[in-house]
Amino acid sequence: MVKGIGASPGIVVGTVLVKKEEEIEIAKKTIDSSETEILNLQSAIEKSRTQIQALYDIALVKMGEEEAKIFEAHQMVLDDPEVFGQVENKINNEKINAEYAIEQVVAPFIQMFEMMEDEYLKERAADLKDVAGRVTKNLLGIDMVDFSNLDSKVVIVANDLTPSDTAAMDKEMVLGFVTEIGGRTSHSAIMARTLEIPAVVGTGNVLSQVATGDVIAFNGDEGVIFVNPNEEKIAEFKAEREKYDAFRTRLSTLVGKESVSKDGIHVELAANIGTPEDLDSVLRNDAQGVGLYRSEFLYMDRNSLPTEEEQFDAYKKVVAGLEGKPVVIRTLDIGGDKKLDYLPLPEEMNPFLGYRAIRLCLDRDDIFRTQLRALLRASAFGNLKVMFPMISSVEELRDAKAIVEEERVKLREEGITFDEKMEIGIMIEIPATAVIADLLAKEVDFFSIGTNDLIQYTTAVDRMNEKIAHLYNPCHPALLRLVNMVIQAGHKEGIWVGMCGEVAGDPRLIPVLLGMGLDEFSMSPISVLNARWIIAQLSQEEMKTVAETVMNLPTASEVEAYLANTIQLED
Amino acid sequence: MKEASVILINATGLHARPASMFVKEASSYACDVTVEKDGTEYNAKSIMGILSMGAMKGDEIIVRANGEGEEEAVKALAALIETGFGE
Repeated sequence: MVKGIGASPGIVVGTVLVKKEEEIEIAKKTIDSSETEILNLQSAIEKSRTQIQALYDIALVKMGEEEAKIFEAHQMVLDDPEVFGQVENKINNEKINAEYAIEQVVAPFIQMFEMMEDEYLKERAADLKDVAGRVTKNLLGIDMVDFSNLDSKVVIVANDLTPSDTAAMDKEMVLGFVTEIGGRTSHSAIMARTLEIPAVVGTGNVLSQVATGDVIAFNGDEGVIFVNPNEEKIAEFKAEREKYDAFRTRLSTLVGKESVSKDGIHVELAANIGTPEDLDSVLRNDAQGVGLYRSEFLYMDRNSLPTEEEQFDAYKKVVAGLEGKPVVIRTLDIGGDKKLDYLPLPEEMNPFLGYRAIRLCLDRDDIFRTQLRALLRASAFGNLKVMFPMISSVEELRDAKAIVEEERVKLREEGITFDEKMEIGIMIEIPATAVIADLLAKEVDFFSIGTNDLIQYTTAVDRMNEKIAHLYNPCHPALLRLVNMVIQAGHKEGIWVGMCGEVAGDPRLIPVLLGMGLDEFSMSPISVLNARWIIAQLSQEEMKTVAETVMNLPTASEVEAYLANTIQLED
Repeated sequence: MKEASVILINATGLHARPASMFVKEASSYACDVTVEKDGTEYNAKSIMGILSMGAMKGDEIIVRANGEGEEEAVKALAALIETGFGE
């Protein structure tokens, strides 16, 4: 058994194909004719160009323009005068063999890019290695592994996979892959999810334990790998795979369907996202909107605040991409455990009770105004709604809304169009806000309950603290009562109420939330279809009784037991 | 030889998409084109060179061309930078 990181879901049992890292020994040789050597180099470059063009065409069809761009970048490297131009110069001047010259030219570039802090530039080292490796192999006549042309179904095991490797993979033939290096966000992991190929990455030294022809089994969620498992284990995996495949197939029949309960109550199942890149997965999983777009990601991993234009572009991309479906964008939620290098905040005794989110934005209204302008401008391109995080009182809400109004006036004066009816709502994540939800409901267009913080603040449990993590439980009757209070208070004032915390996608609690009358459930895109499946099996009328009952049970474990016994779902 | 001094105004500087736009434009001229930043000169037709320059928003760079079409080259590349790469 080998433990890695689950990178792309799915159950795999299959025969291993090891991608051997060709240990190419490149020695310095003196050559007689630099003309011949340069001709060899040029023909290797041309061969590489044809191969890269073919990969571009495959990637374009399979993954779209955005993913295919990487091969355009590879073509630019082939044409780069400072790379292969310099290689030619070296061959001419030093009378050395082409592969050695390539190594000499490329190594300093790779080293420089790998040392850069910028993630984008770091990745360029991988491009350069990929292209230089390709040309070198073509020069030496070494066959490259071609995953687009396999004659049997395999599970690929490698130290690492290049973009060229993953793009060429045929989902029909590649059952899954395992790599020794990488994490959940490394290139190969992202590609695996895009291609929907189950994968485990970051296994460490696994190549010493498997060979081509071995049998391997793993679950791409869990990341545990079994090499040459016994008959019993294989049968277990096969049964699990069948169940999983049936589950996915059933969910795929729900794409394009409405989210409606057995007794005809419609709800909205939306997705939580962090960047415009998540749009793909929102659409693929047929979410009916975005219930939480965490704008803070736009502010992270950079050296300065994002400009109005940058923000506008990102918001517009998501709003336009959803073609009129609602997109709830949360204004900057920074502070607490989320920090920005370029915006130093004083150390606090209790950062979760400190200077963060809307508190920071009302204090630094320069930052807030830039974001609001970008949001208002983007509202002209679809159905955008703005949501303020960490509101704890009516005053804060009024202050924030006043700033929005001032920015609206300015935009009108500048003749810039925006959605005059753009909805404004708040996150309900502080118990005080839940308690005065009836008062707040008169001044907003919607509520969205953020359960992660609401549980933490209601029960005074820091869930990162392992000693007390068991006290953090969404089935705590206090949380259930608060949630119900907020929903009823919202409905009394005629506004809609959603939930964007993890509870919204929790299969155990979806029945309770449906019974309470929650209007919008926002969750990870991957959970949407399963939630649709669950809701279709429930009657809201019956769930009302369930909700009433659980709110009156004394302990979280009794709530859990009651739900497990009462709600029978097909799985 | 022609040259022009320009300041990068787009948010990402000579990075990612702007970098490849710049290199593609530079490569469409027959003349030699270079970019100077902080006293170091880089080949404007090299994507690796331009990326390694690390030019960010607010940086001043000198675009220089020498040879056939040098005037048009400098004009076009300076315009690309001054219009913020259409961002």
